[in-house]
Amino acid sequence: MKRIGYIIQKEFRQIFRNKAMLPIIFVMPLIQLLILSNAATFEVKNIKFSYIDHDHTSASRSLIEKFEVSSYFNVISDFPSASLANSAMLNGEVDVILEIPGNLERDLVKDKYVKLGIAINAINGAAAGVESVYINQIVRDFNKAIKVELVGQPQSSGPPISIATIPLFWYNETLNYKTFMVPGILVMLVTMITLFLSGMNIVREKEIGTLEQINVTPIRKSQFIIGKLFPFWVIGMALLSIGLIISKLIFDVPMVGSLALMYFYTSIYILVVLGIGLFISNYTDTQQQAMFIAWFFMVIFILMSGLFTPIESMPGWAQIITEFNPVKYFVEVMRMVMLKGSNLEDILPQLLKTLVYALAMNGLAVWSYKKTT
Amino acid sequence: MDNQPIIQVESLTKRFGDFSAVDAITFKVDKGEIFGFLGANGAGKTTAMKMLIGISNPTSGKAHVAGYDVFTQAESIKKSIGYMSQKFALYDDLTVKENITFFGGIYGLSGAQIKEKTALMIEELELHEVAHQLVGALPLGWKQKISFSVALLHNPKIVFLDEPTGGVDPITRRQFWEMIYKTAHNGTTVFVTTHYMDEAEYCDRVSIMVNGKIEALDTPKRLKEQFEVDSMNDVFLKLARG
Amino acid sequence: MKRFKGFVRKEFYHIFRDKRSLFILFGMPIAQILLFGFAITNEINNVDIAVLDHSRDATTGEIINKIAASKYFSINEFIERETDIESVFQKGKIKAVLNFEKNFSRNLIRDNTATIQIITDATDPNTANTISNYTSSILRNYQQELNRDIQLAYQVLPEIRMVYNPELKGVFMFVPGVMTIILMLVSAMMTSISITREKELGTMEILLVSPLKPVLIIIGKVVPYIFLSVINAIVIIVLSIFVFKMPIQGSLFLLGVESVLFIITSLSLGILISTISTTQQTAMMVSLMGLMLPTILLSGFIFPISSMPVPLQVISNIIPAKWFIVLLKGIMLKGVGIVYLWKETLLLFGMALFFIVVSVRKYKIRLE
Repeated sequence: MKRIGYIIQKEFRQIFRNKAMLPIIFVMPLIQLLILSNAATFEVKNIKFSYIDHDHTSASRSLIEKFEVSSYFNVISDFPSASLANSAMLNGEVDVILEIPGNLERDLVKDKYVKLGIAINAINGAAAGVESVYINQIVRDFNKAIKVELVGQPQSSGPPISIATIPLFWYNETLNYKTFMVPGILVMLVTMITLFLSGMNIVREKEIGTLEQINVTPIRKSQFIIGKLFPFWVIGMALLSIGLIISKLIFDVPMVGSLALMYFYTSIYILVVLGIGLFISNYTDTQQQAMFIAWFFMVIFILMSGLFTPIESMPGWAQIITEFNPVKYFVEVMRMVMLKGSNLEDILPQLLKTLVYALAMNGLAVWSYKKTT
Repeated sequence: MDNQPIIQVESLTKRFGDFSAVDAITFKVDKGEIFGFLGANGAGKTTAMKMLIGISNPTSGKAHVAGYDVFTQAESIKKSIGYMSQKFALYDDLTVKENITFFGGIYGLSGAQIKEKTALMIEELELHEVAHQLVGALPLGWKQKISFSVALLHNPKIVFLDEPTGGVDPITRRQFWEMIYKTAHNGTTVFVTTHYMDEAEYCDRVSIMVNGKIEALDTPKRLKEQFEVDSMNDVFLKLARG
Repeated sequence: MKRFKGFVRKEFYHIFRDKRSLFILFGMPIAQILLFGFAITNEINNVDIAVLDHSRDATTGEIINKIAASKYFSINEFIERETDIESVFQKGKIKAVLNFEKNFSRNLIRDNTATIQIITDATDPNTANTISNYTSSILRNYQQELNRDIQLAYQVLPEIRMVYNPELKGVFMFVPGVMTIILMLVSAMMTSISITREKELGTMEILLVSPLKPVLIIIGKVVPYIFLSVINAIVIIVLSIFVFKMPIQGSLFLLGVESVLFIITSLSLGILISTISTTQQTAMMVSLMGLMLPTILLSGFIFPISSMPVPLQVISNIIPAKWFIVLLKGIMLKGVGIVYLWKETLLLFGMALFFIVVSVRKYKIRLE
């Protein structure tokens, strides 16, 4: 038991003596948390809007004005012709082109409806979808206004039937993306640090020759691995704590659920990541290989965590793969506990899966560490 | 019990695919001996030693170290032996004292014992000035001596030294061998590999490995007589030329 | 020149002798692009929703059927009370609840209006917003059907044309991003340790005494990796075209040239990291920790840059990945040529130059 203590003591000494690594471990992630959390948003705004007005009447101008006052659209410019407008879209200067046909006002009164040409840069399909919703809303407002203007009262067979839809956004009334993203980014950062540190640790001792020295001592494999786990576990928990404080103070992310539950879950989660790291470290010969493998898994963990794109949107086989992504569970638990106030019973499935994962990975780490080859 | 050889090796072999790094070697080492395990670079010395210290599994053959079987009781062997690797594996980013504390602790020494041993080592090796310096900053000769002493922290019965004097000047080498003598005098068996043939003169008995096999095994005096030469260096040259 | 060639050849040997690393260098990017091309998308499918129907009449039934028929939604549960909403969200599976008011049909007939609440779990605000929008459109279509007999008078009808990506395929948005991320990170990582490794192994001295000029040493270290990364890039592009059906509206040649330019920029960034780090471990941690999240988040790969706060939009300009994504989308999806893309090309070129110059300078300092 005491032998584990000596390993822990050595690791801590090495970590804190390494002046170059300390800022990378503590400062870099927290700065990224502060800055990058502001980047993550799916809100569609500042849409680069342009128009071609063939009509030049008060009707066309009032339509254009509606786009000008909208907070979603930035009117970049107007173009005299379609070809110039299309060229601007090719150039990336505008993303929406509204073409108002000539004789808008006249045709409205005569034919009672007029078709409006709208081109949307649809490379980002989801954003394009949202943009078209906004455009439809603005056009509808315009229609209501112009009908009253042109004709006075509508002559229809009766007032239209309307289904009033009231969108309610629970846990995040203002659709504040930070509420969602900040905990997620914090998870990523903690995972990265713990994975990379543990992944390179044992390999480094292999490279400098001290691992061989240790293998000739009577220390048990499990003692060795546990001694290696503990310091990085502490670092992970410390990073998480500081990150949580920043989330609350600077981003005002709510903490609805139990903080203790959050910590309890995280303490097990970090063990999973460390187990994976040590396992990688046992199988690689150079720090470079360890780094690449750790990177490989990290990118997969990040992109398939459900933080940036929903897991429900992934094909079935990909969803199965995410079952093995520890980050996915962390993101789920984080959102459920911090934002919805879910309790132990609610997160039990994730907790159990993470626990099993932790035992499996660390067991593998111990098993794959061979004192005798 | 005292008459039993402390190292007994019989037809020990290590193969990597088709290549036999160690080819059926047989020998024994008595308690308290300074046994020199000589050979050119690549002859198989380090591979053989790795089997004896329990970090490499033999392909075939038998060996007993300190009464334990290297194949089935590797972990028990490690309680009774000390090891100094070619790279003087100490942590460059820890101080001398911290290295001693770490390895002492790994070997199961109590806090008091570690303190005592540290003081002793600092005294004997005159490390007063550098005890709190990082090992990485020390010259090679000091690392060598500290590494050797660390291998002896837990009073092992045998200490295995792998090319311990590589890269240091002749005076430092001489000093180091004085340390080895003292250790052997206290009853510790010393098993040392080296490719410096002049160091063979310092050993009680030597074996010379060529291409994985032991081609000579005797005291330095008798080997010189056998090959009718004046130095161990010449013994080796004669052997190597075949 | 001969010395330079010899130097480059030595670097090649180093790389190709390390079989395991090679496998990692080639195999992993392929695995990743295949994985992400299929898995990363924000199209929503079969989202689990619940229905709280206080009326249970013909109209609500019709509406519920319409929703159930949509491929976007999967009606998972029918709840009885308002209080159930909380617990259903907390369990985590249900993402939205449709709450129909009492006497829905009767209100529609009598007052011409009735209310449905679309309650979404907005802990994932993006999905919540999308669900809200999609549900609203389904309901609006239904409403239009109800109003079919009422004349469409004095209306402007928007006819929306989706340009460059008419089918709104998610792949078009994400595959260029995935390509960029993988190329950038692999390239930067490869070179980030190349110089620090020499430092740690002690072979740096040999380099320092060689008559090769520092700039040639730096360039010599980049060259072998260009070769490797180009192979990676080719594989990635081929996969994008044949597996993900990405078009190449523009010039394949231009695509190739820009890719090589981007690779050189990424490799130079790696070398820069290498010259400012003292140990391999530091170099690796910097290239891993320092590049991964900023590249993913600030390059426009997933989050539109125009939606970010202005300071971040400014910062995003120094991320090489951002410009390459613009180039990729331009060439592959918009079909434009160098005439439209010269700005981005020049920028990448400038960045590469900058990284190399600073690396050489830092390296020279080490010489003294």
